Amino acid sequence: MMFGSIDPALLLASVIVASVPIILAAIGELVVEKAGVLNLGVEGMMIMGAICGFVAAVETGSPVLGFVGGALGAAALALVFALLTQYLLTNQVATGLALTLFGLGLSSLIGQGYVGIKPPVTEDVPFGPLADIPFFGRVLFSHDWVAYLSVAVVAAVWWVLRSTRAGLVLRAVGESHDAAHALGYKVTRIRVLAILFGGAMAGLGGAYISLVRVPQWTDGITAGAGWIALAIVVFASWKPWRVLLGAYLFGGITVLQLNLQAAGSAIPVEYLSMAPYLITILVLVIMSSGRGKASLNAPASLGQNFHASR
Amino acid sequence: MKRRTLLATAALGLSVAFAGTAMAQDKTKACFVYVGPIGDGGWTYQHHQGALAVQAEYGDKVEVQWQENVPEGADAERVLTQMALGGCNIIFTTSFGYMDATNAVAAKFPDVKFEHATGYKRDSANVSTYNARFYEGRAVQGHIAGRMTKSNKIGYIASFPIPEVIMGINSYYLHAKKVNPNVELSVIWAYTWFDPAKEADAAKALIEQGVDVIASHTDSTAPLAEAAKTPGVIGFGQASDMAAYKPSPRVSSIIDNWAPYYVKRVGALMDGTYEQADAWEGIAGGEVEIGEITDAVPADVKAEAEAMRDAIAAGTYHPFTGPIKKQDGSDWLADGVTAPDGDLLGMAFYVEGITGDIPK
Amino acid sequence: MLRLEKRPSPSAFWQKASPFLAVILTMIAGGIMFAALGKNPVEAIRTIFWDPLFGEFAFYFRGQLLVKAGPLILIALGLSLGFRAGIWNIGAEGQYIMGAIIGAAVGLALYPTENRMIYPVMVIAGAFGGWAWAMIPAILKTRFNTNEILVSLLLVYVAQTILAKAATGFLRNPEGAGFPGSRNFSSYPAASNPELIAGTGMHWGVVAAFIAVIAAYVLLQRHILGFHIKLAGQAPRAARFAGVAPNRLVVLCMGISGALAGLAGLFEVTGPAGQITIDFNVGYGFTAIIVAFLGRLNPVGILFAGLLMALTYIGGEMASTNLGLPSAAIQAFQGMLLFFLLASDVLTNFRVRLSTKAVA
Repeated sequence: MMFGSIDPALLLASVIVASVPIILAAIGELVVEKAGVLNLGVEGMMIMGAICGFVAAVETGSPVLGFVGGALGAAALALVFALLTQYLLTNQVATGLALTLFGLGLSSLIGQGYVGIKPPVTEDVPFGPLADIPFFGRVLFSHDWVAYLSVAVVAAVWWVLRSTRAGLVLRAVGESHDAAHALGYKVTRIRVLAILFGGAMAGLGGAYISLVRVPQWTDGITAGAGWIALAIVVFASWKPWRVLLGAYLFGGITVLQLNLQAAGSAIPVEYLSMAPYLITILVLVIMSSGRGKASLNAPASLGQNFHASR
Repeated sequence: MKRRTLLATAALGLSVAFAGTAMAQDKTKACFVYVGPIGDGGWTYQHHQGALAVQAEYGDKVEVQWQENVPEGADAERVLTQMALGGCNIIFTTSFGYMDATNAVAAKFPDVKFEHATGYKRDSANVSTYNARFYEGRAVQGHIAGRMTKSNKIGYIASFPIPEVIMGINSYYLHAKKVNPNVELSVIWAYTWFDPAKEADAAKALIEQGVDVIASHTDSTAPLAEAAKTPGVIGFGQASDMAAYKPSPRVSSIIDNWAPYYVKRVGALMDGTYEQADAWEGIAGGEVEIGEITDAVPADVKAEAEAMRDAIAAGTYHPFTGPIKKQDGSDWLADGVTAPDGDLLGMAFYVEGITGDIPK
Repeated sequence: MLRLEKRPSPSAFWQKASPFLAVILTMIAGGIMFAALGKNPVEAIRTIFWDPLFGEFAFYFRGQLLVKAGPLILIALGLSLGFRAGIWNIGAEGQYIMGAIIGAAVGLALYPTENRMIYPVMVIAGAFGGWAWAMIPAILKTRFNTNEILVSLLLVYVAQTILAKAATGFLRNPEGAGFPGSRNFSSYPAASNPELIAGTGMHWGVVAAFIAVIAAYVLLQRHILGFHIKLAGQAPRAARFAGVAPNRLVVLCMGISGALAGLAGLFEVTGPAGQITIDFNVGYGFTAIIVAFLGRLNPVGILFAGLLMALTYIGGEMASTNLGLPSAAIQAFQGMLLFFLLASDVLTNFRVRLSTKAVA
């Protein structure tokens, strides 16, 4: 077999869990960008979610409340971004980067008393006999509820964007805010809501890192996951299901390269550790060269501020 | 021309200005430069505990200052100069990457003492270096690993291919092999000191390969948390005790304990007995502490591990004692010969029996 | 309710006054935060903004401001051209690393030859390294329509792995006893980038930054290419009619920003940083994006924005060491400063009016 002693069922199960934070943050950012707003502060919002979620879970003893706290904390930080970019019309790229700086600092201040503590455990969903099905039981029915939530959110976003009036309005705002405004839609309000949703999702992703993946609090715990989420949105060409694909591809290669190392593969380690980035680029190149160019384009108003003269 | 002279005077003024401030104060000022945030729960956290111990020991007689998150290179040089100008009497630079910056600044401030962790350059008389023999702790861990593993597969999550890390891997493997000739070692190079999610993935990958004892050379508790999810897998605390994961999967730990050294050096400076040093203490000096071996380890294994710890502390046992061959089968240490420090500090090879290559 | 009304033309008064207003607002908000952390807010603010410029040791820190601001300005200038044209190079950090590696490799390959031509060749090699790394996203964009944000960003991680490999492998100091890190350029005069005038912080990188400011200013004001860049950003369709080839512009803008980032890396590695290490890069490539926008993509604005960012780094460090503020508080403070600076810009382009009607 190609992977030697690597068990594909275990590998796939690991990939699903490893990709959850990136899927959540990326699907949130996708909605934000679909509304025409470029928020580069995902890393900052994720880490705020990580610490707020951690504090909430430790203080209440409930992992569920932890995730709620993480979503709220990150949404609060996203609100700062929304106020600045939507009402004071600041440059979105710079504001997003400043948001990351601010979020990293603030999270560390909040987290000062929480280093070295173990949070309450998020249990796997009990599927009973389903979990015992060979292969599929391990791959599909052995995870915690947030892992399933992440896929559900992707499905929901896909459905809303594609089939509902709200989704249509959101896309209209992102493609041409002037036209949307002329049609009587509240551009600013819709964008603020999208930004808050993006923040909440990034917060859930961050909380997943500090409550399930690691689980502990240390400064800088997200270690760049927010940047990968941003890249995945672009990789996905702003299509929800491709977010899932991109996150699984990236997460899959990351996990696979570590497994290959553990299994004593002969491929030099440094090439293995570059592989997730290089292969993601390569796949995007293949995808973008083959198809009609229009389908790959970013929302037309992405990154542009809107101010209604009346 | 005039401007040039003015600037030259200002440059000269550097050391003069310093001499002035040094006279003006009666407290001894001990300063610490950290590479990470204090909240990292590992490397920097432990150095900061040492700094706090200095404060606790000498109370009003010392003033302790520190700076977190100082990048290596130009920024380190600036922070060190700032500290020296600000009247620090002794400055501890707590990362290998500060080596050249420490020596460069030390040359400009001959009256300030500099202590550089884990380096080897002492270009001027006011630079000392200190390090800890972490490989001694790795030997104890290796022993426990060799005795505890049921699958005969043990793992090591490594950061970067540098002597410090390679030394740890070799020591860990040698002592596991000694008590369990069938043991196999898997090494994962994470190429990071700190990325909790990646460390968790690495631990998971090892576990999926059947590894049931994991040691890590990265800073977070993520590998232990991952081990906790699979019954029967054990691991060790790294840098700090990581007591939250007692009694299992954390069955023991290596604790970096810098407090004794810091207290000793600052004390020596205060009572005038300070001398340039090249300190490399281990379990004996208290710098490497073996965290409590929990009851998850059978009593006989625990006793053996503690005996090894005590033998190392007493100086009757050196973890690298020949005969040891290199990975390629060539001889390294002859029977009964212990490894010279120079060989260890520059270690760039695996010992015989480890499979795989060190990334080059 | 307050309402914003667009000014017919930007207010000249607020264009100059708004940064000052923002700094004052940050002092107030930051002061509240410092007070909440139990520190004297006035002292903290003074330490950050006043001491590096006019305090006791300002003769040293003024030069350090240039050292810190130099690479930021150099990189930000290059990025600003692309940003004006709507070309998003987010990966300057990677180009900075590659410039440093290629430039350093050329110098180290010639060690210990002494020749006046070595440094100029290294400078060219450094610019080439950054340029070549930026050409990957540029060519993928023009040839395959691959998004440059994603490619340039992901290549940062690849560059970091190559950097780790360089520091522990092919550029490692052969006399460094196996420790990671290249030779230090300060001990190789032909290839080093020392302070040109002692104590001023002026090195070739700072000189290059100043030249680049002037060059970018002339380019944007006087040259047809500058006109094309501006046109492509403001009115892409009109640009096409004016004969601007979008692909050529992508290659040009990415190339210039890559080359400047590479230069910054080369000057840094041969000067202030001194050597290739695993953690050589400290985020200049990302901070420069903020600097570019803070300077409103205008060369002179970028000059001031770079100096202001440098001031908050240096002043923040001083506040952190001297007052014991956590470095996280400084980070949050920098974030606040950026928020206020960006927000205050609204006064330049808009009038704030009291509205009788509810806002739409």
